[in-house]
Amino acid sequence: MKPSRFDSTILTLCFAFLYIPIIILVVYSFNASKLVTVWGGFSLEWYKVMWSNQGLMDAAWVTARVGVLSATLGTILGTMAALTLVRFPRFPGRMAFTGMIYAPLVMPEVITGLSLLLLFVAINIDRGFWTVTIAHTTFTMCYVAIIVQSRLLTFDRSLEEAALDLGCPPVKTFFKITLPLILPAIVSGWMLAFTLSLDDLVIASFTTGPGATTLPIKIYSQVRLGVTPEINAICTILIGLVTIGVIAASISSKRSELRRIRHEHEALRGPI
Amino acid sequence: MAKSLGPVKRKFSPWTEPSATPFIRFEDITKRYGDFVAVDNLTLDIYEREFFSLLGPSGCGKTTLMRMLAGFEEPTSGRILLQGKDLSGTPPYKRPTNMMFQSYALFPHMSVEKNITFGLEQDGLAKADIAARVEEMLKLVKLESFAKRKPAQLSGGQRQRVALARSLAKRPKVLLLDEPLGALDRKLREETQFELMDIQHTLGLTFLIVTHDQEEAMTVSDRIAVMDKGVVMQVATPAEIYEAPNSRYVAEFIGDINILECSMVGQPRPSLLAGHPPHTTLDSQGLMIGVEQDCKAGVGEQVAFAIRPEKVRISLDPPADGTANAVHGEVWDIGYLGDFSVFLVKLDDGRILRAAQANVSRLVDRPITFGDRVWLTWSVDAGLVLTR
Repeated sequence: MKPSRFDSTILTLCFAFLYIPIIILVVYSFNASKLVTVWGGFSLEWYKVMWSNQGLMDAAWVTARVGVLSATLGTILGTMAALTLVRFPRFPGRMAFTGMIYAPLVMPEVITGLSLLLLFVAINIDRGFWTVTIAHTTFTMCYVAIIVQSRLLTFDRSLEEAALDLGCPPVKTFFKITLPLILPAIVSGWMLAFTLSLDDLVIASFTTGPGATTLPIKIYSQVRLGVTPEINAICTILIGLVTIGVIAASISSKRSELRRIRHEHEALRGPI
Repeated sequence: MAKSLGPVKRKFSPWTEPSATPFIRFEDITKRYGDFVAVDNLTLDIYEREFFSLLGPSGCGKTTLMRMLAGFEEPTSGRILLQGKDLSGTPPYKRPTNMMFQSYALFPHMSVEKNITFGLEQDGLAKADIAARVEEMLKLVKLESFAKRKPAQLSGGQRQRVALARSLAKRPKVLLLDEPLGALDRKLREETQFELMDIQHTLGLTFLIVTHDQEEAMTVSDRIAVMDKGVVMQVATPAEIYEAPNSRYVAEFIGDINILECSMVGQPRPSLLAGHPPHTTLDSQGLMIGVEQDCKAGVGEQVAFAIRPEKVRISLDPPADGTANAVHGEVWDIGYLGDFSVFLVKLDDGRILRAAQANVSRLVDRPITFGDRVWLTWSVDAGLVLTR
């Protein structure tokens, strides 16, 4: 069916709305002019400037470390929380536990940030790299818990029973059977946690201290002093990384879909 | 599949020998889930090398009973003995039983070979022994060329075989099969039933199968326990269950049967002539029925007369004088099943009796058709009196 003129207009508007800001940002990162809004010819100048901006590079390094560490801790804790929620239908304080898992998803970030700040002040911890990491772990574990929980709900418990039945003790069963099978959910939980940590400005600015400026905080503070094309450059690199990630994920899911179809054909060709 | 059927089956009936000790004993087992009683004070003996079926509708407690033997559930009260040893408190991974799951529960991230190896590795067997056993199992289920495949690359029938091989690999004392053939199509199911019997016979293991399919239970089992609402209604061989059900429930659950409400006429007389079987007379709304069976019920008591359709003869001609049981009616409906035709005959008092006739000739138009006045007859040993 050929799309009507109305349909194609709507489509064009949607694309424009979504992508024009990004395109402008990317295009102006290659601008030779120092002014963000005036095109002065193609140049990679700002990428060089960005690369030699020690503050920006330090912030990127902090962000990467915080992201990896908090995503990993958050994934471990979140997976454990999900297992508790799915496998233990009844225990004292279950309601409170469930509530605490869901709370950070709906709570304004300002409140999460402020409450964490008050906690760190109360127990008198110097704010810096570790406080940001702990704060990010706290809110990313909730997202991981939700993702892993939904996978566990569809998990066929008879697989674990089969392992037990074949003589495998419960802990070994978890590592040999359960964990490998829920691993895709755990990995996507980790990736989401990492992205959320990378992206976070509000909670990080509440909980960070001297020497632990994350990239979003750095970019935000630089922009307040005036937008320079080197910000465009680093944002373009971030966009590039995210795009590569998304494309890789969709290619791998497409391939596993094709593999599944091929397996089905093979099964039908075999005897019986 | 199984073209070679193995050795001819010998007669096997340890349950009739008073000296035989049961291999598995369920002793006064009760299992409650809150207010719901899944298994109600049940006692059951299963003998070594027996192919035993638990048969009943869903929710009758048969799966719960099996899961208690496997160790996935603990009985609320009572105990389970295996070779005289109490299994209470033994976790599933320490029990000498293996189970074939209804969903097969094959590990999707492992190849066929790894699935079968899994149980053997837990026992810490030597590598060479494991390899030999896996090869033997793959050969047993005829999947030698599929060792490296993943479960996703197998058809339903192949998966069923892998599940069987995996549960047999450890040579369990008892193999538990939970609706093992439910997911297969009819033809494959029939072939696999014979294969299962063959494997059980060859390996000399005790098989306990849970099923709701009466045909399956009849085909494969040495004995069947028919269950209803957590209790065993009857335990007997397939032939006994079919020919001598002990209750209306069993009679109606297994196969097709006509049930007529009756009252007892006169005390059953133990036969006038010595050597003749006892004789009971029933009155079913004026229809007098003679049955060659002793019956405990007293005069006037309400009982049921039960007769299988294939034991009712149908004829257009009036019966010879002196025929024990005969009744007149009109053909109301006919079901043509290929091998059999089932006639629904409306008696003069409005009740419907079913009679089945083997289609021994290849006639397309059968001599008896809709609306015909027919006679139904049956001998005194064809039906039975059910008191409960």
